[in-house]
Amino acid sequence: MPELPREDPEPTEITPSAGSERQYPEREFTVKARTQTQLVLRRFLQHRLAVVSVFVLLAVILLAFVGGPLWKYSYTDITPDNSVPPSGNHPFGTDNLGYDEFARVLRGTQRSLEIAFSVAVLATAIGTVWGAVAGYYRGWLDSLMMRIADLFLTIPILAAGALLSHHFQTAGWWALALVIAGLAWPAVARIVRGQTLSLREKEYVEAARSMGAKDGRIIFRHILPNVIGQIIVVVTIQIAFAILLESSLSYLGFGVQPPDTSLGALISNAQSALQGGLWWLFYFPGIFIILISLSVNFIGDGLRDAFDPSQQRVRA
Amino acid sequence: MLAFALRRLLVSIPVFILSTFLVFLLVTWGADPLAQLEAKNPPPSQAVINQLADQLYINHSIPARYWHWFSQLFFHGNWGPSVQSGTDIGQLLSTSLTLTARLVIVATILAVILAIIAGVVSATRQYSKTDYTITLIGFLFLSLPVFWFAILLKQAVVNMNNSLNWYWLSTYGANTPGLTGWSAFSDAIGHLVLPTIVLAMSSYASWSRFQRASMLDVLGSDYMRLARAKGLSRRQVMIRHGLRTALIPLTTQVALDTAAILGGAVLTESVFGWQGMGTMLVNGINAGDFNVILAWLTVSAIIVIVFNLIADLLYGVLDPRIRHA
Repeated sequence: MPELPREDPEPTEITPSAGSERQYPEREFTVKARTQTQLVLRRFLQHRLAVVSVFVLLAVILLAFVGGPLWKYSYTDITPDNSVPPSGNHPFGTDNLGYDEFARVLRGTQRSLEIAFSVAVLATAIGTVWGAVAGYYRGWLDSLMMRIADLFLTIPILAAGALLSHHFQTAGWWALALVIAGLAWPAVARIVRGQTLSLREKEYVEAARSMGAKDGRIIFRHILPNVIGQIIVVVTIQIAFAILLESSLSYLGFGVQPPDTSLGALISNAQSALQGGLWWLFYFPGIFIILISLSVNFIGDGLRDAFDPSQQRVRA
Repeated sequence: MLAFALRRLLVSIPVFILSTFLVFLLVTWGADPLAQLEAKNPPPSQAVINQLADQLYINHSIPARYWHWFSQLFFHGNWGPSVQSGTDIGQLLSTSLTLTARLVIVATILAVILAIIAGVVSATRQYSKTDYTITLIGFLFLSLPVFWFAILLKQAVVNMNNSLNWYWLSTYGANTPGLTGWSAFSDAIGHLVLPTIVLAMSSYASWSRFQRASMLDVLGSDYMRLARAKGLSRRQVMIRHGLRTALIPLTTQVALDTAAILGGAVLTESVFGWQGMGTMLVNGINAGDFNVILAWLTVSAIIVIVFNLIADLLYGVLDPRIRHA
């Protein structure tokens, strides 16, 4: 976030001159100047659901990455209890093989989060650079780059993802993340390009150019920092999208493979268990997916409102 | 307008051809039709493998293979051989497509209607309890994995059916074979209800948010205030001036989401055991069936491109502010 020049420094103590009893008010007619970051943060904090979601998401992340290794059972441990409902010993019950469901859900959450965050970072990075370059240079390069992006959008991601991840199944979870990111970036590129097209005409970009700034510098130092709001919102959308897509692929059998597990794989295994009455195997991984993607969506909504408050009030 | 439509149509043709090439590359990369044959125990003789490779035209360069496939399809109407025994791809495609189309069309219409109602109600009563409730439901469905909700619904209906001893609302397959006339129709509807609800809700979630945003946008505009100032009733202003304008972005969004709807249909069909496009894709990938996967992706590319075209044209018709010279 570019720091706007502050009109006013931090409130300084006004020390009354010796002998004077007069107290100067801190400010008489002005309001406290705020930086862009402070403005955004203030607006974000007003979105109560988003703030709660930040804590929920952090709690889930901590539980998965710190709680997982600390829990008394590992996700590979086979306990002597088969198909027992939730109890103190097994908070989420066990499955028919004796795996502790709590350990497996934590492990699955870990995998799902790793995949989702990798996808979000990768897809956003590729899409941002792609869109910024296309929008900045315009002309034939723009047409070429955006037509390529459009081509990707004609392919259902689920289908292409299933095909490719089936092919890379043995390579591990990062291959799955690469595949999803490789298909998801065009959506980001479109948004960034649209923003870049209008920002490149701004006076400060012209000023930078007239001072001899190179294209790369203009794109990365002058244009992209001003698209950061949209980019952050896109990252949250990508995370939620990746969580759902990963679980969908795993459900169809094309995602994370045993002995590793993910939330989608757990639900896939639990489908028949639900008919047999082992409801805990089905509900707990599902609830974790919903917790993650719901909180990410709320955070994204809060950020969107914070960066672009224009949608908040109706004038009429 | 006509010139614009023609130009747009002409642009779609190279897009489609390039799209088939991209799809072709994806499939050559992702599917190995010989793998299953080679993995058989006892291993088949080299002659058998060579014969299949010949049949699939697999030992040629990629451009040659692409041209072979393309010319076979577009000049002879031939989708190529399948490695799954007894499968004729053209026939498989037409039965799967009719089945899936039934599901997708009904679900999309339902989702659009629900999304418009929810979006408009939400926007006109912004920050009310109704708005919060609708928004919350929207977010919940946005965050639900489609298949999880589908399994949940399916299980609930199975339990309900068993306790009521009334099995009209079916949870498996697309129809019961051997029925005719009215009972066949009623049976098909009974099979359609649950998958439609699932698929519709997955699109409804994002569309209702979208409709709310575009309605809010319109409600804030000056011409709405002017229309009220002229003395039109609130209802008239909302419907004639507000809703009409606010529907334009949604048409584009629905068309752009075609690919995602097809993806959702794959999952829904998989849960409810429909033998449609979803099953075709999953079986095709599992068998490494090169031509089946290719056919699937080609058809979905055609559908997506056609709907994007329709959206572009509709946009010009619906929005008089956009003048196509």
